[in-house]
Amino acid sequence: MMLDGLYQEIILDHYKHPHGRGLRDPFNGEAHHVNPTCGDEITVRVTAAGSSFSDISYDGLGCSISQASASVLYELLLNRSTADAAGIHEAFVALMQGRGQVEPDEDVLGDGIAFAGVAKFPARVKCALLPWMAFKDAAARAGVDVSSTDATAPEASEVKA
Amino acid sequence: MTFDVAQVRADFPILTREINGHPLVYLDSANTSQKPRQVIEAMRVHNERHNGNVSRSVHTLGTEATSAYEDARAKVAAFINAATPDEIVFTKNSTEAINLVAHSAGQHLRLQPGDEIVISEMEHHSNIVPWQLLCERTGATLRWFGVTDDGRLDESQLETLVNERTKLVSVVHMSNVLGTINDVSRIVARAREVGALVLLDCSQSVPHLPVDVRTLGADFIAFTGHKMLGPTGIGVLWGRYSLLAEMPPFLAGGSMIETVTMGGTTYAAPPARFEAGTPPIAEAVGLGAAVDYLTGLGMEAVHQHEQDITAYALKTLLDVPGVRLFGPATPEGRGGTLSFGVDGVHPHDVGQVLDALGVEVRVGHHCAKPTCVRFGVPAMTRASFYLYTTTDEIDDLARGLDQVKKVFG
Repeated sequence: MMLDGLYQEIILDHYKHPHGRGLRDPFNGEAHHVNPTCGDEITVRVTAAGSSFSDISYDGLGCSISQASASVLYELLLNRSTADAAGIHEAFVALMQGRGQVEPDEDVLGDGIAFAGVAKFPARVKCALLPWMAFKDAAARAGVDVSSTDATAPEASEVKA
Repeated sequence: MTFDVAQVRADFPILTREINGHPLVYLDSANTSQKPRQVIEAMRVHNERHNGNVSRSVHTLGTEATSAYEDARAKVAAFINAATPDEIVFTKNSTEAINLVAHSAGQHLRLQPGDEIVISEMEHHSNIVPWQLLCERTGATLRWFGVTDDGRLDESQLETLVNERTKLVSVVHMSNVLGTINDVSRIVARAREVGALVLLDCSQSVPHLPVDVRTLGADFIAFTGHKMLGPTGIGVLWGRYSLLAEMPPFLAGGSMIETVTMGGTTYAAPPARFEAGTPPIAEAVGLGAAVDYLTGLGMEAVHQHEQDITAYALKTLLDVPGVRLFGPATPEGRGGTLSFGVDGVHPHDVGQVLDALGVEVRVGHHCAKPTCVRFGVPAMTRASFYLYTTTDEIDDLARGLDQVKKVFG
């Protein structure tokens, strides 16, 4: 079936060769999120210096979708102004929650457009959003609000049996 | 009568389905089993012809429903060789059955600080969390058996782990992750020595092998309908009658009372005492039909078929390069539930590629995170078999794993 739509080369490439992986110091906001359905975990740290994210570091255990998504997040948001980052964050969340009906803008999302296919697999949307939700919380702890109006994925941050 | 898997498969309508353009290969029966048309039909007929509430109507439909519900209880009792149908309490699922014991037996035991409850590291969360909560409520201490590298219960500390402070031991009969079938005889004997109660989580064993509660020697067993060809929404607690009779109620409401005044209430005898509210009636009928189906085939024959499939699957999977098995590597003392890892590929991705080929397996922590932690992984891929599983399907799984390695190689 449409497996090719899910496992785009770009995604597999980010999974096999992740960008910016590994937790770094110093940082001023950190969040650890768990996907309760599969046990995937990610820790994201952000350094918000002035009005931009001067470092974003992460480490985690998880499937290709969640880990590639973290790598793409790093590429897209590093050294961006907090306002730009909020816009990109909102666009990625909208793409993921769009049930495959949202046309992604490559100028905004870069490699993130490869995740358009993931939106058609409801069970995997949470995987793709895991690092983004952890990033949002880490940024909030660093005093930066990147939440958009509908940027909620409660299941991605719940911890349950 | 010989066991004919093709004939068995013909009874399961869902097995003719295609998934993503491939014939369905259903390898997730430890999660939930499929249902034969005999079960589906029994529930349909009940709902179309005999629907009424139980235990309270004088009218014909109510009487028919009550008798269907109680017949199901008698069938389940006979299936596990209970002394009387009154030892069978219908619950929502195994989880509720275990919670019932944690509350009612927990209260009956008057647990206090210094008392101990013993579980194991290979439990489903449903046989961990109720005991953690019970310990929080009472101040009792939770202790557990470890698991050996080859996936067996580590009984080396049995004498110290189960001691005079132990009030209750609750362990799994067959692991939902490792497939291990625990020989519980030594644990039961030790519990008897120290006067502790024993609950066995039989969710994975009752559907797959002959289980005789009098041979097991435990005080309680819990299992669920949907893993044994029956519907969801019904589970079973079996308990020794004399013990059930001493235990206070769990859920309170209609049907569990003897008499109610505004000043106080007296309770019905078991099993009604533990079945508050309208029970899952059509589901009980379905479970009864499932028991009839399994009994018709014979649980020895079902178990033998699964042993054959398991031996074939172990050999096949261990031949796939990069596959690491978690749990016993030989069919002895294990059932048809195989959890494994594929080198360098996350289980979620394994499951996704297999699904694209019509092969349905479970991936994740299987509601047994401590077991995963014991083997140093956050998640596993699990293939689980049943009476309708064929060797061809095991070959499909192995071919699927080759595809997985191609995608992520």
